[in-house]
Amino acid sequence: MNSRVSTIFKLAVLAAVLAFPVFGSGFYTEMLAKVLILAIFAMSLDLLVGFTGLVSFGHAAYFGVAAYAVALVTPKYDPASLWLALPVSVAAAALVAFVIGLFVLRTKGIYFIMVTLAFAQMAYYVFHDTPLGGGSDGIYLNFKPDAAIAGWAPFDLNEPLHLYYFVAGAMLFVYGLLKLVLRSPFGRVLVGIRSNEHRMLSLGYATFRYKLAAFTLAGALAGLAGFLYAVLFGFVTPEYLSWHKSGDVLLMVILGGMGNLAGAIAGAVALVGLQELFTGMTKHWQLLMGVTIVAAVLFMPGGMTATPARIMARINGGKTNE
Amino acid sequence: MDFVSFLIQVLNSLQYGLLLFLVASGLTLVFGIMGIINLAHGSFYMIGAYLAFALTSMTGNLMLSIALGVPLAFAFGALLEWLLFSHLYKRDHLEQVLLTYGLILIFEELRSLAVGDDVHGVAIPAIFSASIPLSDNLSYPVYRLVISVVCLALAGGLYYLIQRTRLGMMIRAGSHDRDMVKALGIDINVLYRTVFALGVALAALAGMLAAPISSVYPGMGSSVLIISFVIVVIGGVGSVWGALVAALLIGFADTFGKVLLPDLAGLMVYLVMAVVLLWRPEGIFRKG
Repeated sequence: MNSRVSTIFKLAVLAAVLAFPVFGSGFYTEMLAKVLILAIFAMSLDLLVGFTGLVSFGHAAYFGVAAYAVALVTPKYDPASLWLALPVSVAAAALVAFVIGLFVLRTKGIYFIMVTLAFAQMAYYVFHDTPLGGGSDGIYLNFKPDAAIAGWAPFDLNEPLHLYYFVAGAMLFVYGLLKLVLRSPFGRVLVGIRSNEHRMLSLGYATFRYKLAAFTLAGALAGLAGFLYAVLFGFVTPEYLSWHKSGDVLLMVILGGMGNLAGAIAGAVALVGLQELFTGMTKHWQLLMGVTIVAAVLFMPGGMTATPARIMARINGGKTNE
Repeated sequence: MDFVSFLIQVLNSLQYGLLLFLVASGLTLVFGIMGIINLAHGSFYMIGAYLAFALTSMTGNLMLSIALGVPLAFAFGALLEWLLFSHLYKRDHLEQVLLTYGLILIFEELRSLAVGDDVHGVAIPAIFSASIPLSDNLSYPVYRLVISVVCLALAGGLYYLIQRTRLGMMIRAGSHDRDMVKALGIDINVLYRTVFALGVALAALAGMLAAPISSVYPGMGSSVLIISFVIVVIGGVGSVWGALVAALLIGFADTFGKVLLPDLAGLMVYLVMAVVLLWRPEGIFRKG
């Protein structure tokens, strides 16, 4: 796709997202909100996997920590203030990512994959085994955070429409923020680390600090997604931190096409869409999911966003870019 | 803790650690030689346990089931390598993670379709069903000792295979320099298929041995998978002896963690891993 077609396409998608609740039913509006939240989650992971070359297999930890943070700061019979709960959740996720990053960024390649997974499991067991977060049952979030500032409420998250636009706004914010970050010198260094870390080191960049900053930022944004997810669905369970969640988000990034924010969003749409399609078909929907994943890896290298170009290349009689 | 219960915990740690070694050794070999990160390895453990359940309900004898099941698992491993994994060697780790993640979903659902989602028990073979009395009210089941002995014998066998046989020589050479092995005229495809099938057979055997003590349940593969990853990382990816040491370390950490700090039991293993990685970021037995 050339850049003009691509821009028009993106604007059309944006218009559809904003106009959707006007035409769609409540059920699908909630589902689309879920997709938007998962798109934030996938974009945050793409910063690590696609742009910095760090394959984290424990990204659900930061998502879950933030979800638990909002549940834990919400009093039992009152809503928490949004302006407290949101920063606290995101900061908690960022802090956990920072501390874990100090450990895991000492490792590389396959070790990094396994070690991020192991640390996420550690976080999972903290919430699963200790009474801190209600054990394996999790916690209900009885009240959505209150957006009022000194008595004046600009919007109300209990209104499904307000919540939807809040989520959509957050998604756009993250998309814009990551675009800016990637265009900045900091982002260029990250991409440099992905292509050749030794060269970046010899150029005088303290790559560890850059990687740690990227890891923390990705954790914070995953935390934002976790916060929104907990608010949307009104409960948190240790499953939010499970390695299946980490696998799902990695799946979104890879299916969509790495190193491409639009790809991460497309991946979130595809995963939720497929889940919805397959659960409607059979109780054993995971079988279909598994077969789809295996087939995608074998026959669709480069992900969905690379597929149009591959098909075009084949139609034009040229070779694919493999 | 008095001496007898301490002794029991030590024996339990050894048994658990040695069982984990069977799973982790295959995982570390497959990575060390083919460079494949295989998330579906835990599924082979699960498949082994269900195979033990299915065969035992047909034959009525666990040992006979194991004798039948291990060759079946080996053949299954060879088939899987031929069908799927042989296409993954040139792909990056990310795609391997993804494909094998898809395989987990497939295996779990096929298991659910074939046997359902119930928890099943498998009887301990009659000759091993006794317990050795250690004090007035404490005793130790013979079957757990049998597991430890079998695993130790297999570890010894693996040592012999890798250090003393022609196949072992090829395995060691393959983990060191793949291209050179090919250049020397060794059929690398056969070598890969054998090693992969061996790993599957070992993991399945671990599942079969564990079936009577842990019972057979859905999701049993994933907990073992993640612990095995921890072991491979602690031991040093590709090092079988590292895996043995790390498996025993994890066996002790987990068993004594459950006894001494029950609230933190799930965390213990990962704390050990964090400490080891602070000390040696690439595992205890990192190969040069």
